[in-house]
Amino acid sequence: MEKNIVEWIIFLLQEYGIYFWKGTLITLETSILGTILGLIVGFLLGIIQSTPIYPEDSMAKRVYYKMLKGISNAFVHIFRGTPMMVQAMVLYYGLKQYGVNITPFSAAVLVIMLNTGAYMAETVRGGIISIDNGQFEGGKALGMPHFTIMFCVVLPQAFRNIIPEMGNLFITNIKMTSVLNVIGFAELYFATKTAANTYYRYFEAFLITGAIYFILCTIFTKLLSVLEKKMEGKKDYELATEYLAD
Amino acid sequence: MGIINVQHLRKAFGNHEVLKDIDFSIDKGEVVCIIGSSGSGKSTLLRCLNLLEIPTSGTVYFTDEVIGGSQKKINEYRSKVGMVFQSFNLFNNMTVLENCMSGSRKVLKRSKEESRVISIKYLKKVGMAPYINAKPSQLSGGQKQRVAIARALTMEPEVLLFDEPTSALDPEMVGEVLNVIKELAKEGLTMIIVTHEMAFARDVSTKTIFMDQGVIAESNEPEKLFTNPKNPRTQAFLSRFING
Repeated sequence: MEKNIVEWIIFLLQEYGIYFWKGTLITLETSILGTILGLIVGFLLGIIQSTPIYPEDSMAKRVYYKMLKGISNAFVHIFRGTPMMVQAMVLYYGLKQYGVNITPFSAAVLVIMLNTGAYMAETVRGGIISIDNGQFEGGKALGMPHFTIMFCVVLPQAFRNIIPEMGNLFITNIKMTSVLNVIGFAELYFATKTAANTYYRYFEAFLITGAIYFILCTIFTKLLSVLEKKMEGKKDYELATEYLAD
Repeated sequence: MGIINVQHLRKAFGNHEVLKDIDFSIDKGEVVCIIGSSGSGKSTLLRCLNLLEIPTSGTVYFTDEVIGGSQKKINEYRSKVGMVFQSFNLFNNMTVLENCMSGSRKVLKRSKEESRVISIKYLKKVGMAPYINAKPSQLSGGQKQRVAIARALTMEPEVLLFDEPTSALDPEMVGEVLNVIKELAKEGLTMIIVTHEMAFARDVSTKTIFMDQGVIAESNEPEKLFTNPKNPRTQAFLSRFING
């Protein structure tokens, strides 16, 4: 007797549950690791790009900063301007051709990191320039160096503003890991293909996978909105009553 | 030589010359008020004194030393010359206490405990000590400005610059801020105040400067400048205040 859709789904889950589960874990691992590393790269680049160069700085310092900015600009352009799948091919098979062997997992994390870094760089820069210039001037007037103002005043405020965009990138990355199956990377999509091919049940297999991606993204959206709420801080404050008499 | 000496200061934005050959000097303990209509260059002059604007030419001396040079030197100078802004510029991510402690900790490298004690001392002075746990967004304009003054004072500056400190405030909050500044004047703090509050300028300053179209049109003791202005432009500017 022919199975119906629900029966097929149950059957595939029984038969290939462990594959789906492992694929999900790998997808999560890659996207979390890649995104976190990418965020670090993005913050570094964004900070570099919004560092002012003063005419009164020494020649060496100006040249150094100009070079850093040039490199970071080129990096952003290259990685935003090429598809992730192509980057993965170049990094994995391309390097292999020259005798440099990296595991599909490292290649995947690297590609996600570089991509996230490139997109985040612009987001961080945008977050920084969205902060009122008065915040910088308040710090300057106290004699604070640029990086003190950046790390103690501006970035904490900019960070809150870019959480939504960080969420976007993270969710994009969870889904984009699926294109990395081109380098034989056994993530969720790859696992699904195996299951689907065996019984020629594409509809049911990919329905399961779609649901898994959807659940993952929903969970992370919720987590990020909790983080955003936390960053808002308390609405109330306590009067320091010991000073009220003065 | 005074504590601050300005010689042949010029500032141009593109081909628009905002400050044209400004010369003046102020001594320790003086309170100088700069008045004049909007666009006369008062705020630009004050910002040049703190190097928030870099002068196009001319020299500013602070205790006989030319200000400027490396960022490190500029920051060291700024830590001795405080500034209070029209828009307060309190750090939005910090509480009142953290705002006051920030410069003391990060710039003067005082210990946490010492910074806290000094901050609370000056917050008490401006009447804001009960609000140490509040964030700037939870305060009124007048309260924010008093915190900003306390923050500048925790640096124990030698000169304090005020850029229209009451212009962004409701009329009923102007008084609380002006009273704090008056108190500081009594204690002998050297201050340069850009203001539109004529009565305040007359009462508090030891010298009043009237600026017009990028030059110092007249500079005198406040009694003389307000009651008997020599320059016709000063007369025109003050006519509304004197008659009104």
